Amino acid sequence: MLIIEELKVEVGDKEILKNVNLHVPSGETHILFGPNGSGKTSLMMTIMGFSGYKVTRGKITFKGEDVTYMPIHERAKLGIGVLFQRPPTINGLSTRRMVEICAGKKNIDVDALSKKLRFDDFIERDVNHNLSGGEIKRSELLQLSAQQPDLLLLDEPESGVDLESISLLGESINTLLNRGLRRPSLCHNPITSSTPKSALVITHTGHILDYITADKGQVLYKGQLRCSQNAREILKWIREYGYEDCVECAL
Amino acid sequence: MSKNDVNFSKYINLSEDHGYVESLEAIQQNDAKEFVRVGIDTDNSLRAATFIQKDSSIIHCSKSIEGVEIKGISQALEQYEWLNDYLWKLIPHEKDEITKALSIKPDQGGYFIGIKKGVKALKPLQTCLHIAKEKFSQKVHNIVIAEEDSEIHIIAGCSTSDHLKSGLHIGVSEFYVKKGATLKYTMIHDWGEDVYVRPKTAVHIDEGGVFISNYISLKPVGSIVSNPVITLEKNATARINSIMVASKGTYMDMGSIVNLNGSGARAEIISRAIVAGGTIISRGHLIGKESGVKGHLECKGLILKDGLLHAIPELSGYTSGVEMSHEAAVGKIDKREIEYLMARGLNEEEAVSTIVRGFLNVEIDGLPKELAERIDEAVKETEKDMM
Repeated sequence: MLIIEELKVEVGDKEILKNVNLHVPSGETHILFGPNGSGKTSLMMTIMGFSGYKVTRGKITFKGEDVTYMPIHERAKLGIGVLFQRPPTINGLSTRRMVEICAGKKNIDVDALSKKLRFDDFIERDVNHNLSGGEIKRSELLQLSAQQPDLLLLDEPESGVDLESISLLGESINTLLNRGLRRPSLCHNPITSSTPKSALVITHTGHILDYITADKGQVLYKGQLRCSQNAREILKWIREYGYEDCVECAL
Repeated sequence: MSKNDVNFSKYINLSEDHGYVESLEAIQQNDAKEFVRVGIDTDNSLRAATFIQKDSSIIHCSKSIEGVEIKGISQALEQYEWLNDYLWKLIPHEKDEITKALSIKPDQGGYFIGIKKGVKALKPLQTCLHIAKEKFSQKVHNIVIAEEDSEIHIIAGCSTSDHLKSGLHIGVSEFYVKKGATLKYTMIHDWGEDVYVRPKTAVHIDEGGVFISNYISLKPVGSIVSNPVITLEKNATARINSIMVASKGTYMDMGSIVNLNGSGARAEIISRAIVAGGTIISRGHLIGKESGVKGHLECKGLILKDGLLHAIPELSGYTSGVEMSHEAAVGKIDKREIEYLMARGLNEEEAVSTIVRGFLNVEIDGLPKELAERIDEAVKETEKDMM
């Protein structure tokens, strides 16, 4: 699904990613760990094609197509979707309209979708206007549910969400990924295909691992991916020994 | 000569008589097309009353409901002796060179609209002031009186013919909102590139009255200077929304002055300005003279193409019990917003136009649906010019 080879990225003349190689096969969920400032969000932004992230070497291939220098909206159309950690507010644009934009030509039932994500009280509100941390995540998930990308880039989906809401969030992510036991009843969700989607998930706390099934975990450290194995194992190591030792082990 | 000054000698004071049209549906297609752009519907069943003036001729005046008066100002003054008490009362004739350019006794048109006590008009009433003759100076005097506990929405369209290059419009408007009455006034301007416009408006709102003003100007206009003065008595409310777009060659100096004179008076001024090569001076002045008044002023501007956007929000408080605030912001579209929308599948152009439309999407109370759609179309047209 997604192949990244020898990727080097600069942000404002500063090298953020040194040499990243990553492969997310179709239907797999990978977790990306790493200390603050290690370049996790930069990697996601680069995969999506945001300005300010300059690729100086390497290649990003998605569904067999070289997308390294493709405009953002073409990547979105090809099937990449991002759950933003701190999305901007768009004044005067209702979330309902935004969800319709995300759906593109697909026919969707915005009310049913928003009800399921417990966002129905906010659906007429301007996009991300005066929302709490948890509400922002639900809004993002709602948009992605309409967009139905094949590869999801989730940037800290649990940040700013209270513990109680995490289970709803995890469940919603699972539904979106077509994974886990809590599948939605098919008749209510005609736009969901049954094959699992691919995902790359950034997490700090690892809380989200209690709800979603990860196929693999990786640690991004000092601009490189340094470790690749079972996500829960990595989390255990990081908790016990910290990032530095965890990375040492992999070497 | 700056765009602030009017060279009166440039314009013609006389125009030919355009002839009266009995039925609204019978209005010439060319004219109708131009009127529609400023919210004027030729389907009589959608409006409570209609007044249309072309140059200095009243070409149509009719009403479909009781309790509403609509007439040419000269005729109304002849018919109602008492109406003279309302003439030049809120705006002194000697105020400035613009007001002095009008005759004391209105002789070039304008309208009188009266809504009787307790009458609540469900459908909007519409007025259209149109300039068709090249270099014509249209000088109108309008009076609106909403009697106690009445309710009315007036859609006021002002336009010029497509072929017209130069013209002058001076309009003195005196609005009286009596105790407990509600006047909604939606004004849509569609002037020409070298048309000078000088509206002089004053509104007096009695105890508990409500005045809602929506102003929309999306097309180029040579020069428009308008600073309505609104006076609020006890518990009266005013909400003033403006949407302005200034492409190249446009000069707009707009903004209300609101006197909060009675305790419990509330005012809100909201403006959205887009500069695409032209100049907008976006003003707003709240004056609190009585304890227990509240006001908020919000002026936001986007600069899409170099020009000038000058936001001047002013607050004057005379006593400790006033509560007034303002926020002003001038800038460009945030790149993060564009890219956020692109990540959801819109191309750059679509993303920009979605953001611009959102920016202009001020909650306009009581705006008829068909008008909202027309505004949307106009925004799309404007974007085409801007891109």
